[in-house]
Amino acid sequence: MHALNPQPRKRLLRLTLNGRPREDAVADGVLLVDYLREVAQLTGVKTGCDGGECGACTVLVDGEAVPSCITLAVRCEDRSVETIEGLAAQGRPTQLQRAFHEKLGTQCGFCTPGMIMAAESLLRRNPTPTEAEIRTALSGNLCRCTGYEKIIESVQAAARATS
Amino acid sequence: MTTLLTGLRLANPNSVEEAIAACRDRPGSRFVAGGTDLLVNMRHGLSATEQLIDLSGIDELTMIATNGGGVTIGAGVTVAALARSPGIAAQYRALAEAAAGVAGPGHRNMATVGGNLCQDTRCIYYNQSEWWRNANSFCLKHRGEICHVAPQGKRCHAAYSGDLAPALLVLGAAIEIAGPQGRRTIPLSELYVEDGLAHLALAEGELILAIQLPPAPPPSAYTKVRVRGAIDFPLAGVAVALATADAKVASLQIALTGTNSRPFVVAGTQDFAGRAVDEYLLKEIERLVQKQAQPMRTTIASANYRRVAAAALARRLTARLFAESAV
Ligand SMILES: Cc1cc2nc3c(=O)[nH]c(=O)nc-3n(C[C@H](O)[C@H](O)[C@H](O)COP(=O)(O)OP(=O)(O)OC[C@H]3O[C@@H](n4cnc5c(N)ncnc54)[C@H](O)[C@@H]3O)c2cc1C
Ligand code: SF4
Ligand code: FES
Ligand code: FES
Repeated sequence: MHALNPQPRKRLLRLTLNGRPREDAVADGVLLVDYLREVAQLTGVKTGCDGGECGACTVLVDGEAVPSCITLAVRCEDRSVETIEGLAAQGRPTQLQRAFHEKLGTQCGFCTPGMIMAAESLLRRNPTPTEAEIRTALSGNLCRCTGYEKIIESVQAAARATS
Repeated sequence: MTTLLTGLRLANPNSVEEAIAACRDRPGSRFVAGGTDLLVNMRHGLSATEQLIDLSGIDELTMIATNGGGVTIGAGVTVAALARSPGIAAQYRALAEAAAGVAGPGHRNMATVGGNLCQDTRCIYYNQSEWWRNANSFCLKHRGEICHVAPQGKRCHAAYSGDLAPALLVLGAAIEIAGPQGRRTIPLSELYVEDGLAHLALAEGELILAIQLPPAPPPSAYTKVRVRGAIDFPLAGVAVALATADAKVASLQIALTGTNSRPFVVAGTQDFAGRAVDEYLLKEIERLVQKQAQPMRTTIASANYRRVAAAALARRLTARLFAESAV
């Protein structure tokens, strides 16, 4: 690991990004959201409040949903990071993505990548969540359009379809 | 409108000793655990530092261990892990309830117990972007001359707003600290000072290693009022621990957060020992809390609302714990 006095301003960041190993030279102060959007070109990750309050930037780090706008990229060394781009296989959306489309869980779409990643982490842990469990799991993600009901129904539909 | 962290260095120590050495080598460094409090502040141009010392690589800090009936919680244990620990929920319910109510689920996955105890105090004039604070002319807590909340005074009244501290206080927690001078253990209450500008009694380079909880705790509970049902800090948060004997109070502890610049145990509850929990006692509890809670206009809710809410929560939790003790 890096020794105590981190002389170089940039270091080599090795991580697994959407299932593929990857290496980049990254400065210590770069936020995960900026690394994902600017360096890895994964612009499905959204910057909303840019201050840890809205959940739009939610990605999975080792399967756990976290806000990437208050995570330093270099802290993801040797970890697995997943974004919305990593879900669809060969261009085919997952059940969860399809459910958001069919049940109108997405309107303007800005909160949707974060919502889906938070829901994805819930469904992996708990494939048959109750409505209360869904509400709790998504309680850190704000949406200004849907009023949330359609989002909850989308996650419920995805859970029904896969279980 | 947020500040970029260009030029920031991150040190990655693997042991407590290395962390302390990293701090000594670069004075002004700050420890970072989950970063959910510190990085937000740094991005607002607050708590500036050239070097962060990442505590997440220190294995010693991430364990929950039971010992002689009590439990030791590493400072690096995440709030999410604490909230889902069956052992904690069974014995130390106030702590599990407080952990489940911290911020939002994404924050809890990163947030740690140590970071929660050491989080900065909060104020509507302080937790704003650099641009906002500059436009409003900076305040006493950072770069400014006067306090916009109490302009006549000389101190900062920013409110300590961590959820875990009051729960740990009523459960009698002690904290293990390591620093350049070695290790020491103090009661958690001694960590805090009633000063929004400098609310922690930690010397430069000192860090919290673990929290010790004594065995056989009394039944306890925690609750808070917040603007929304998730994400928001407590406008007022209350923990209560109540031991009963023969349908009377044996011991009662009440602790508050979100109202003062430090979390604290409400003084004077020892006088309630031997009393029944009836309307008279509940009224006295409300009065006691209203007197000692000293919220200032540091949140969007009025100070008086927070004082009244703190008293109501203390009453409600005491009544609930008493009712539960009867069954
Ligand atoms: C939108 C939002 C909502 C929030 N809501 C709540 C809420 O409802 N309730 C609540 O309690 N908190 C809330 N928080 C604050 C924060 O998430 C918690 O306080 C969290 O537990 C902080 O832990 P951390 O590990 O992320 O701390 P960090 O940000 O890493 O550190 C916070 C401070 O503690 C110091 N520190 C960290 N670990 C140690 C240690 N071991 N020894 C000494 N010092 C240490 C750091 O140097 C820093 O000064 C919220 C934050 C956000 C962004
Ligand atoms: S209480 Fe006063 S000094 Fe403290 S942060 Fe608020 S305005 Fe600033
Ligand atoms: S953009 Fe990260 S939480 Fe809002
Ligand atoms: S769909 Fe527009 S913010 Fe959620």
